[in-house]
Amino acid sequence: MIEVNPDCCDLCGTCISVCPKDCITLTESRLIIDDSQCNACQICVRVCPFKALRLVE
Amino acid sequence: MRKEYDVIVVGGGPAGSTAARFAKTATNTVALFERDREIGIPVRCAEATSIQDLERFVKIDPRWVATTITKARLISPSDQKVWLNLPNDGVILNRRLFDNGLAEIAATQGVEIFTKANVYKIVSDGEQNWEVFVRHLDRDYIVKSKIIIAADGVESRIARFAGIRTQTVLKDIESCAQVLLGNLDVVENQIDFYFSSRWAPGGYAWVFPKGNRTANVGLGVNGAYYKRRSAIEYLDDFINEKFPEAARLTTVAGGVPVAKSLKKIASDGLLIVGDAARQVNPVTGGGILAAITAGKIAGLVAAQAIARNDWSVNVLKEYQTEWDKNVGKDYARFYKIKEWMTELSDDELDEIATLLQKIPPDDINIMTVFKIALRNKPALLLEAIKLFAQMI
Repeated sequence: MIEVNPDCCDLCGTCISVCPKDCITLTESRLIIDDSQCNACQICVRVCPFKALRLVE
Repeated sequence: MRKEYDVIVVGGGPAGSTAARFAKTATNTVALFERDREIGIPVRCAEATSIQDLERFVKIDPRWVATTITKARLISPSDQKVWLNLPNDGVILNRRLFDNGLAEIAATQGVEIFTKANVYKIVSDGEQNWEVFVRHLDRDYIVKSKIIIAADGVESRIARFAGIRTQTVLKDIESCAQVLLGNLDVVENQIDFYFSSRWAPGGYAWVFPKGNRTANVGLGVNGAYYKRRSAIEYLDDFINEKFPEAARLTTVAGGVPVAKSLKKIASDGLLIVGDAARQVNPVTGGGILAAITAGKIAGLVAAQAIARNDWSVNVLKEYQTEWDKNVGKDYARFYKIKEWMTELSDDELDEIATLLQKIPPDDINIMTVFKIALRNKPALLLEAIKLFAQMI
């Protein structure tokens, strides 16, 4: 699954724009990934400007 | 907050505020929901645009303008500098004040604006209305609306609830980081674009002065050129080399869609505007003017639809037609230029810079010069240069 580091995440939404499974959402204060929908393709990891996303086993 | 509105706009950037302003009439009701606590921040933008073009839509408050730009340099990987004289009045905006100003104009027209209002779902009620689920402060509301204008930025999730696929492929997104630098020695009326795979593979780095020894310094990396380094890491290298003495005042991240505009930007009761509709100049990444152009058209079409009591796609598709006619067809061509530019190697960029340096800055738009100077797709290069000179 993909883990968000809230200390790095700038809440910019770039990951949401590319997520093919549409499983990332944003509130005013945090980014949420729906693990039940995520297929760990890591496209979000590639576009994150601040390296806030990573794959964890 | 009312129980129902004629038009609900999701997102309080330039596209959303402009759409709300033009959607509001004396007889209808319009609300704008902004997720953040304040309209205008954070500023995920390099803030460059052309004042002449903006003036067609709004009276410019001088406080919105940080600096006026008259010259630009395109800098190649081997540090060759190509000078451009800008044909329009280029400006670097204070987006915070600019966005605030646009929202204020909408509010003056009677638009009801809510901040800290997160729209997390929209559902059709089966009778040609939407139910908009919004969390505002500590409470959940379900608000009815005839038309929704989705101005929700690069993430573009609202349209997906209506079955419109807005996802962007990797090569059509620029992953961007920007720092406002202080304590800088920069020329105030001049902007710089750096092209190099070292600084920004598949994109470029920019230095846009904002006055008082400050500048927006940032870069965009194309998603397809990912090499296990993030935009902020590239930017660190760039700043350490070019501006080692500078103070880092703010740091922001952002994604810029450099895609074709969405094919479908209008459906029953729904209009999509701005970054959410991928309405960005794909060569420069500039989106302010496109957002305002689209916002105005969408707002006017929405107001008309409410007045005619028909907000089906049959009426709303007028927005699509007008967008395609005014901007969309140009951007479709620009997209091809972007596809060509992102694939240029550093050697090719240097070769082009060498040829361009021989041309005086004022003549750089002359087609014939390029035809002589360049073997490789001169028309595309000419258009690319023009786009950077126009700053849109």
